Amino acid sequence: MIANYGYEDGSGFYYITVDTDICIGCTEYGCTKVCPGNVFAVEMDDYDDFVCTVAEGARKRLRELCSVCKAQNGSGGTERKLPCTAACPGGALRHSW
Amino acid sequence: MTETQHFWRWSEKTYQAPDLDWRAASSITVGVDVGSVSSQAVILADGKLLAFNSTRTGSSSPDSALRAFRGAAEPIGLTLDDISYAVGTGYGRVNVPFADRTITEIACHARGANHMGGPSIRTILDMGGQDCKVIRIDERGKVLNFIMNDKCAAGTGRGMEVIADVLSVPIEDIGRRSFEIDEEPAAVSNVCTVFAKSEATSLLRAGWSVNKVLAAYCAAMAQRVAGLIERMQVEREFFITGGIGKNIGVTRRIERLIGVEAIKLPADSVLDPQIAGALGASLFAHSLYRKAQKEAAAAGGTAPGNGGTPGGAAEPAGEGAGVAG
Ligand code: SF4
Ligand code: SF4
Repeated sequence: MIANYGYEDGSGFYYITVDTDICIGCTEYGCTKVCPGNVFAVEMDDYDDFVCTVAEGARKRLRELCSVCKAQNGSGGTERKLPCTAACPGGALRHSW
Repeated sequence: MTETQHFWRWSEKTYQAPDLDWRAASSITVGVDVGSVSSQAVILADGKLLAFNSTRTGSSSPDSALRAFRGAAEPIGLTLDDISYAVGTGYGRVNVPFADRTITEIACHARGANHMGGPSIRTILDMGGQDCKVIRIDERGKVLNFIMNDKCAAGTGRGMEVIADVLSVPIEDIGRRSFEIDEEPAAVSNVCTVFAKSEATSLLRAGWSVNKVLAAYCAAMAQRVAGLIERMQVEREFFITGGIGKNIGVTRRIERLIGVEAIKLPADSVLDPQIAGALGASLFAHSLYRKAQKEAAAAGGTAPGNGGTPGGAAEPAGEGAGVAG
């Protein structure tokens, strides 16, 4: 499943995308370990697989929580420069901004 | 003393199937959807729709879950002790005290919409109390892809409630009245509920009729939501769930903007787009109960939940059990 968690402001829509089919084979859960904003949580999904989700408490704060990483590392995109995308071995994570 | 009129207050709905005797059923399963604005409970007897109730969510999620359940169950003399399996969903799903399992509202809306609209449904717009989601599903109702946007209450049930109060228009009249205008106005620029009051007041002062202001708000909400839908590229068939699914002022304008008409429930259907999440949860509960029974039978034990079999029958209904309506 492709899960898009996002926010919107005057300049557009911005999303973190998780391909949960890739998470099914993950054992390290690197995303949860490196993220300074505690954006991610690994939860059992509706089909009994453990996958990455954007934690409920982070969903309304993505712009704020990710701003430090973005300032230090530039945009995320598909380049895997952010701590979370770099720590994800299978490339399950993408940031649209 | 005069009583304050709450224009935002939508009518709570309850239904009990007139011809279904739950005491003869081999399983009673329930889905409870505790949202930020409303809570619903749907009860199935052997997978068939027995009862549902939709009520406002109060300050306590467990109390709201219980109130939703009792609203559906008490008129037919059913209690929690009769429930074989319960699934909680929605924002407050972890606080459904009698749930055997929780499942996300995304999966439950997908399954509920698949059941209500049929297997051709591919795109679902769920307009909830405080957020909005677009969900892509396959023919079995399994989620393939979703997008959620929690930025603010614009385009949500809560946003519509604020506008009802600001303009003193009963919430259930907004959709109809938004079309009682001579000419479609431009959408208001800002649908943020924080600014709704001052913007609506200045439009009224500028000579706009209440209906015209309603039209401009519905149009603005539709524009915001259409933007989200277009990011997912709407695939037919398209179905709208959630409370705003009943507001034609928003839904028809969304249809115009995206160029796709949503599948509607038949006029004689007892179902309601607002119960889609709880319906999906109740269908999951039915499947999970059947699965648990099979596993327990194979292991020589008993199923989870209270294992209640109201009619005392040993086997649950066949896979083809369906929800009427
Ligand atoms: S590190 Fe990547 S694959 Fe592993 S759980 Fe996190 S997002 Fe999924
Ligand atoms: S950019 Fe990635 S690592 Fe940094 S706060 Fe956001 S989600 Fe966490």
